[in-house]
Amino acid sequence: MLTKRIIPCLDVKDNRVVKGINFLNLRDAGDPVELGARYSNEGADELVFLDITATIRSNKTIIELVEKVAANVFIPFTVGGGITEPDQIGELLRSGADKCSINTAAVMNPQILAESAKRFGNQCVVLAIDARRTKGVKNKWHVTVKAGSEPTDIDAVDWARRAEDLGAGEILLTSMDADGTKAGFDIELTRAVAGAVDIPVIASGGAGSLESCYDVLADGNASAVLAASIFHYNEYTVKDVKDYLASRGVAMRPVD
Amino acid sequence: MIVIIDYGVGNVKSVTNAVRYIGCETKVSCDPVDIEAADGILLPGVGASGYAMEKLGPLADVICDIAKGGKPLLGVCVGYQILFDESHEYGVHKCLGLVEGKVIPIPVGRIIPHMGWNYVKFGEKMELFSGMGEGRHFAFAHSYYADITDPDAVVAYTDYDMDIAASVQKGNIFGCQFHPEKSGADGLEVLRNFEKFCKGVKC
Repeated sequence: MLTKRIIPCLDVKDNRVVKGINFLNLRDAGDPVELGARYSNEGADELVFLDITATIRSNKTIIELVEKVAANVFIPFTVGGGITEPDQIGELLRSGADKCSINTAAVMNPQILAESAKRFGNQCVVLAIDARRTKGVKNKWHVTVKAGSEPTDIDAVDWARRAEDLGAGEILLTSMDADGTKAGFDIELTRAVAGAVDIPVIASGGAGSLESCYDVLADGNASAVLAASIFHYNEYTVKDVKDYLASRGVAMRPVD
Repeated sequence: MIVIIDYGVGNVKSVTNAVRYIGCETKVSCDPVDIEAADGILLPGVGASGYAMEKLGPLADVICDIAKGGKPLLGVCVGYQILFDESHEYGVHKCLGLVEGKVIPIPVGRIIPHMGWNYVKFGEKMELFSGMGEGRHFAFAHSYYADITDPDAVVAYTDYDMDIAASVQKGNIFGCQFHPEKSGADGLEVLRNFEKFCKGVKC
C-alpha cells in the first residue's frame, strides 16, 4: 500500500533556511545542507527546497547550494523558486534535484508545464499553487503569484485541474491564509483540489499540531503533508509525526 | 568499478551521489570502452522510454551485447523500463529486449503517478535484497509499469490496488522500478548488494 508522505520544506534565502508567517517576518532556521541531511536521515519521505528570493534563473550560487544539499539527501528532492524555462529544470536535475516546482511562471505561461512534462516526464513537474481564500465567498480560493504578493482572478481548483491536463504530475498546494500560523491546514481547500484531480496533492501551510496533519490526510485527502516550522524548531521530529499518524491508522513508511 | 551510463536522460547526479556515498568506485560515462571495462553497469533514467531509447542510440547494442555476455546490469526507473521488449508510452517503442515483457500505463482509477513510498515484498532469490528480510519500503515515481512475461525472471511486487512489478532479476540483469538512490538507507543497501554482485562476477 502506498504510504502518505511527510515532507520537510526548506525555504531558502541568502543560503540560509528561513521561515515566516503568511510569507512575511522571516526568521533564521538553520543551514540548508545540515537540515537536508538531518531530515533525510531522520526518515523524512521527501525534501523540498524553495528559493524564496526566486533567483534560480539568475543565481549560480543557488545551483551550487542545491548540489551541496543533494549530495547528502537520499530521498526524493524537489527544488523550486523562480523557474521560468524548461532548461532550468534540466540544470537543476543535473545538480541533484529529482523534481522541480513551478509557480508564477506557470500562471504567466501555462505551456511551460506541457513543455517540461514532455522533456522530463510528468513525475518531475510539480505545480506549486499559493491559494488564498476569496473574501465574502464561501469555499472559494484564488491563485496568488510572486510569493503570494500578487492576487490573480484564477480559481485555485480550476487551475489545478488545468495544470493536470497540461502535464503536471503533482500539486504542492499552499494555503496562504494558514502558512506559518501553525493553526492547522486549510482542509476544505485541500479536499476541493484533491477531489478535482487524479494526481497527488501535497498539503502545505498551517502544520502545527499532530492532529492537523492527520486531518488534512484523512479528511483533506492529501497524499502528503509539507511542514517547516515544526521540524526546524524541533517541536516535533519526523518520527513523532509518523508514529502518531501510524497509531491513527494512516499508512506510513516506518522510521527506525 | 561501476559505470553509470550518462545518456542525457534524467537524474544521473542523484545516482552518482548515492553510489559514491556507499564507497563504490564509479565512473560516469557513455564511452563503450569504459562500459566494456566495467565490473557492472548502472543504467539510470527518468522521463519517457521512447525518448530514452532514442538518446541511447548506438549504445543500446553495446549494452545488450555485454549484458548478454554476463556483465551485471542494473536499470533504474526508465533505465529499468527499457530492459523490456517494448514500451507503450507515447506510441509503441522497441526497447532493449533483455527481459520479456512490455511497459504499459497504470490503469486509471487511482492516483497517477504512483508517487511515494510503497512496500515491496521480495523473495530470498533476489540478490538485490540480500539480507533485507521479506520486504521494505522504496520510493516510486512512475505512471507506466512493466507487465513481465519472462519465464526466467524473478519479480518482486508492490501493491497499488493491483500488483505492480517493483524489481526484476534475470541472471545478471537487474531492474528497479523504484529509485534505490532515493530510498534512504534501504535503497543504499540495494546498491551495495548490486556492487557485491558485480565484484563477485568478473567479466
